[in-house]
Amino acid sequence: MKGEYLKIEHVCKTFGVGETRSEVLRDISLDVAKGEYLAIIGHSGCGKSTLLNIVAGLTEASSGYVFLEGREVHQPGPDRAVVFQNHSLLPWLTVYDNVRLAVDKVFSGSKTKGERHEWTLRNLELTHMTHAMKKRPGEISGGMKQRVGIARALAMSPKVLLLDEPFGALDALTRAHLQEEVMKIHAELGNTVMMITHDVDEAVLLSDRIVMMTNGPAAHIGEIHAVRLPRPRNRLELIGDPTYIEARARVLEFLHKKSHYVEAA
Amino acid sequence: MLQGKAAHVAGVVLPPLLMIGLLGVVWQVLCSSPGASLPPPSKVLADTHELITQPFYDNGGNDKGLFWHLLASLKRVALGYSLAATFGIALGVLIGSSKWAMRALDPLFQVLRTIPPLAWLPLSLAAFRDGQPSAIFVIFITAIWPIIINTAVGIRNIPQDYRNVARVLRLNGAEFFTTIMLPAAAPYIFTGLRIGIGLSWLAIVAAEMLIGGVGIGFFIWDAWNSSLISDIILALVYVGVIGFLLDRLIAVSGKLVGRGTVSV
Repeated sequence: MKGEYLKIEHVCKTFGVGETRSEVLRDISLDVAKGEYLAIIGHSGCGKSTLLNIVAGLTEASSGYVFLEGREVHQPGPDRAVVFQNHSLLPWLTVYDNVRLAVDKVFSGSKTKGERHEWTLRNLELTHMTHAMKKRPGEISGGMKQRVGIARALAMSPKVLLLDEPFGALDALTRAHLQEEVMKIHAELGNTVMMITHDVDEAVLLSDRIVMMTNGPAAHIGEIHAVRLPRPRNRLELIGDPTYIEARARVLEFLHKKSHYVEAA
Repeated sequence: MLQGKAAHVAGVVLPPLLMIGLLGVVWQVLCSSPGASLPPPSKVLADTHELITQPFYDNGGNDKGLFWHLLASLKRVALGYSLAATFGIALGVLIGSSKWAMRALDPLFQVLRTIPPLAWLPLSLAAFRDGQPSAIFVIFITAIWPIIINTAVGIRNIPQDYRNVARVLRLNGAEFFTTIMLPAAAPYIFTGLRIGIGLSWLAIVAAEMLIGGVGIGFFIWDAWNSSLISDIILALVYVGVIGFLLDRLIAVSGKLVGRGTVSV
């Protein structure tokens, strides 16, 4: 079933015990369809990264379940590849070796050595990083590091690609450039993507649905807005598009008015 | 271009050479009076001319050239230090990655590491009943503490990001150890190894003075007993230079192994 691909059911998360106990997420339920691009937006500290970590399996939910293709998620795995906010490349490995490490681990049984080499190169090509594959992360720019992070995640052939504010630390031009490429890759490969962001334009431009989270503590889903814009999308053409403007207005309104209102309710 | 390079080299090489020359002159002046207790550099060179030019002679027993004494000391250090590095890194990894191992062992280590190296010598002589293994044990016990402690700190400081990458990739224990743990902790491990080699070299000279046999420490003690002060000064120069070279050796290998992550 299409709607049953990634399923988040009544997920709650509390940290600490007793006096220091704090409720971060309250009763999050969400269905993500195969091939869907989902953005999760909210103010910083609202727990959206915690939600992503729970889906990734890096953090355990206090209660509730995450299912991927009907199987419950208990631990991290390459079927839910994460692109980390700060890229998290291993500085002692070259760009190629960073991606190859993932390829070797995930396809050790199913691909020959030559095929794994080809697959590594193919993913570096997708993110246009072939030219720097012999360099180490310390020798390339922030935008390029994030490309390698994306290449590494894509190379795992994940069922779901988890992006944790992937462009947050980049300048506006680099960010726009990478957004274009992520759109192209999504169009080409049809990945299922869950992206955490705090950038309204990024959310509207990239995603099929935008999940708006209320402010913490005890954040929950405030609203979900479906962005009914045809793909491929063009940043410049969309500026005056009524659907784009409406989606943008709705998210902005939520973030600036309702996120507090819902919390008080 | 070439001129600029020559100027750069001269700028690096000349100041220490001038300083050494200056100190030599001061030493010469201070020790030239008839009643001076220590020889001036000119006398040291004259006295030790034979030792400097013939480092390889061997008249049997302990009457050997300086090369053989230094080699004997270096062999002991190499053995004791290799053992310390092996066990030190292994124990460091253990207490760095296990909370319980740390709680159990750390207080013990904190006490043991403050014991001066030579204080171990009588005990090890009693245990091994022989000078050679005792000296090696003293090197081992001297060098191991900074290696353990720095390795443990390095392992504890591995960023959570790298651990997350390993978890997403489902690296198993051995893969995590070789691809993430060792390279991430390499800068710390090599700091420990550098402190360790320095301490080993400090300890061996002292230990050899007590255990005798061939070795630079014994050579110095023997020279003192024969009132050959110039020989002592020459030996000290050799000890200093070799200590420096050992330190550089570890630093350079750290640079190679750390593949760019170790800054020296």
